[in-house]
Amino acid sequence: MHPSHFAAVFLFALFASTVFGITMRDTPPKMFRYSAYCFVLFVGSVIVFSWVMFLIAR
Amino acid sequence: MDTTPNKPAAAKKSSQGFVYFPLIAGWLVPGAGHFLLGKWIRGTLLAVSIIAMFALGLAMQGKLYTSAQDILDMLGVAGDLGSGLLYFLSRAAGWGGMPVQTTVADYGTKFIVVAGLLNIIAAVDAHNLRTGRKS
Repeated sequence: MHPSHFAAVFLFALFASTVFGITMRDTPPKMFRYSAYCFVLFVGSVIVFSWVMFLIAR
Repeated sequence: MDTTPNKPAAAKKSSQGFVYFPLIAGWLVPGAGHFLLGKWIRGTLLAVSIIAMFALGLAMQGKLYTSAQDILDMLGVAGDLGSGLLYFLSRAAGWGGMPVQTTVADYGTKFIVVAGLLNIIAAVDAHNLRTGRKS
C-alpha cells in the first residue's frame, strides 16, 4: 500500500482525532466538536508547514 | 436515622469487582475496556480507529520494533507494546517490514507506534470510566 503523503496525513488525523475526542471530553457533542477541532489542527498545520517549507526551499 | 450519603450510581458500580479489569482488557484488545462498561459506541469507534491505524501501518510495510538497541528503539518498543495483543499476534505472524526503505514505510512505522500510544490513552479512559472519575 502506497498512499500519497496527504492521504497518509488525512488518515492519521482522522483516527488520532477520533480517539482524542472520545477520551478527552465527557459528552458526545463535546467529543464531536473536539474531534473536529483536532482534525482541523492536524491537517491545517500540515498544509501551513508544507507551504512554509516550499517557500523556504525556493 | 440513616446518615449514609447517597452515592451516585457510577460510584456504587465502581466499588464492585476488580477495578483494573477494563484497563487491562482495553490494553490487550482495543475498545474492550469500554465494551465491558457498556460504552458500545465509544468502544466501537476506538476499536475501529486503533485497529485501522495499526493495520494501515502494517500495510505500508511499517516496521514492528522487536529489540531495543538504543534509546529510540526502546521508545519504539514501548509504543508498539501499547497495542497489546495486536502487537504480539503481528510479531508471531512475522508481519511488518524489517528495514525501513521507503518514506511510506517510515510513515507506516509511525502509524503502528501511534496506534499503540492511542490504545494506552483509550485504556486509561476506560479505567477512569470504571472508577467514576469520568462519566
